[in-house]
Amino acid sequence: MTSTTVIDKSAPTRAVKLRSMSRDRTWALRWSYFFLTLFAIFALIPPLYMLITSLKTSAEISAATNPWWVYHPTLSNYVELLTSNQFLTFFRNSALVSIFVVTITMLISVPAAFALARMRFWGSATLATGVFLTYLIPETLLFLPLFKMFVVFGDLTGIQLINKWYVLLIVYPTLTVPFCTWIMIGYFASIPKELDEAAIIDGASWFQTLTRIFIPVALPGLIAATIFAFTVSWAQFLYPLVFTTSTDQLVLPVGIITTLIKGDVFAWGQIMTGALLGAAPPLIIYAFLMDYYIAGLTAGATKG
Amino acid sequence: MADVTLRKVVKRYDEVEAVRGIDLDIADHEFVVLVGPSGCGKSTTLRMIAGLEDITDGDIMIGGDVVNDVPPKDRDIAMVFQNYALYPHMTVAENMSFGLRLKRYPKAEIKTRVDEAARMLDIVELVDRKPKQLSGGQRQRVAMGRAIVRNPKVFLFDEPLSNLDAKLRVQMRIEIKKVHQKVRTTTVYVTHDQVEAMTLADRVVVMNNGRIEQIGTPNELYHNPATRFVAGFIGSPAMNFMACRLEDVGGKLHIRLTDRIVFPLPPARADRYKNVSRTDKLQLGLRPEHITEASPHAEPGVENFDAVLDVIEPMGMETMIYFIMEGVEICGRVNPNADARAGAPMRLAIDLNNMHLLNEATGAVI
Repeated sequence: MTSTTVIDKSAPTRAVKLRSMSRDRTWALRWSYFFLTLFAIFALIPPLYMLITSLKTSAEISAATNPWWVYHPTLSNYVELLTSNQFLTFFRNSALVSIFVVTITMLISVPAAFALARMRFWGSATLATGVFLTYLIPETLLFLPLFKMFVVFGDLTGIQLINKWYVLLIVYPTLTVPFCTWIMIGYFASIPKELDEAAIIDGASWFQTLTRIFIPVALPGLIAATIFAFTVSWAQFLYPLVFTTSTDQLVLPVGIITTLIKGDVFAWGQIMTGALLGAAPPLIIYAFLMDYYIAGLTAGATKG
Repeated sequence: MADVTLRKVVKRYDEVEAVRGIDLDIADHEFVVLVGPSGCGKSTTLRMIAGLEDITDGDIMIGGDVVNDVPPKDRDIAMVFQNYALYPHMTVAENMSFGLRLKRYPKAEIKTRVDEAARMLDIVELVDRKPKQLSGGQRQRVAMGRAIVRNPKVFLFDEPLSNLDAKLRVQMRIEIKKVHQKVRTTTVYVTHDQVEAMTLADRVVVMNNGRIEQIGTPNELYHNPATRFVAGFIGSPAMNFMACRLEDVGGKLHIRLTDRIVFPLPPARADRYKNVSRTDKLQLGLRPEHITEASPHAEPGVENFDAVLDVIEPMGMETMIYFIMEGVEICGRVNPNADARAGAPMRLAIDLNNMHLLNEATGAVI
């Protein structure tokens, strides 16, 4: 009898514990969904509004109707933009700049990160911190001195870089290289030391260790860095606004603003359409590489 | 195939001297194990042989050539790491052939070598897998395979079995020994596990504090340790050490352990220790197997005494007993059928024919 009593006592305690744990979990999930939904609404309303606006005519945009509804949907904004040479030029300039910048950034920051993470040389640790500090200097501080430098360079050599789209290939890497180098240092540092030692004993040179071991192993990190570099150069606004002025040299963000706003007349429908179309390439890239990107952001946090 | 020679090799990191001038001659085909506690400089020594660490002073020779400034890839060595260090993005076959591919060996030759090594290590069916699909033991085999296919002058092993569980470790130990018996490549093996050292080595190098304490065959180290460190490090359970003094009683040399326990030394030992100062502080070193249950038949050099047992550990084929003598815990090894009970007194015998006498101040075995 006594033993039965003991069992009776212990059983409900255990059940209560289990139930309270699952209740905790349920509440945690409810709160998560609540805040996630709130955040999703907050983040998705602006693009939705852009989409709605892009499907309206100028007349409907300025009419005092419900702004959240399209009464006479039209694709005229899309057709106009996609058939205008100007917009396609902006798009081409943006694509060229982004592709080149990503390539330049990777060619510089991957070897730099490898050297800083692995080849212990005098001052390498200080240099690594220095690289990161460079990234912390805002572009709003840098554009004037940079502009002055290009002017002086032009005066001295006769090579005019201002108002050429390719000047951005020199300017953007000042933003992308430090950050990508920093990401890659962290990523390379998480690769066990024995792996490069094994490669070196196997007869690999430093360069072969980088290309045949480190780059394949750190591929998720590399993709994360690539996406970052692409996003930065695709969305950059201040530098192209400062360094390029002719319509045929403009990139997309600046092009849309400077050509579709005429004085105080805003071609809202086309602005929204342009912005949406401009957001498409990064979105497509994100969608394809999302898994890698997340792996790239989280890996390196734990060793394994 | 080559011999390896270290001459007065020193490694200094800023203020710390990790390796303090060691001399070591490793013969061709020999299997030498460097063993010692962590931080004794054994891994540093191995890494200096590999060329992964610069040497501060001295010379390292492989096959008669000084390799001090030769990069690792030109030393013709292969190394197996503790965490295997397999290339995660390559298959087993690619891992094993990486070194050969870098050296641009013909494809047919690479395939032959990989197949041969895979057969030797019993991993033929794994060659197309990636490392993450392998168990710890299999990864270790691949790491060994990567070393074997290179057919180097010297194999270097850096604690290769530390990450495996106890059972697998024993199995892989036998595997490593088999491989060495087949390929006969000169091998330097680092471990902190004295059992591994004893079972694998042709010769064991015991290191402590950046110095070599003793070099010898496993049996030499076990039966004739040169220092207290070696005596205590080699053997499990460890050797017992008891404070003692030498005394002359009735013209014969005796050893005094406590106020009450005095034993006459057997003639061979008495002769060996006759010149030791009677006032020196000494230590008696005795392995657990030389403290056993008393036998009814008196044997020369075996003396009986009584002790109250503290703890007993039945192991099946033997029973370990522990008792306290002069505040020191002593371990003995008795027959499992002997009447050993914790808390009860037991008549024990110590075999002084196998005793070691150590100078307490210097730690040297006399």
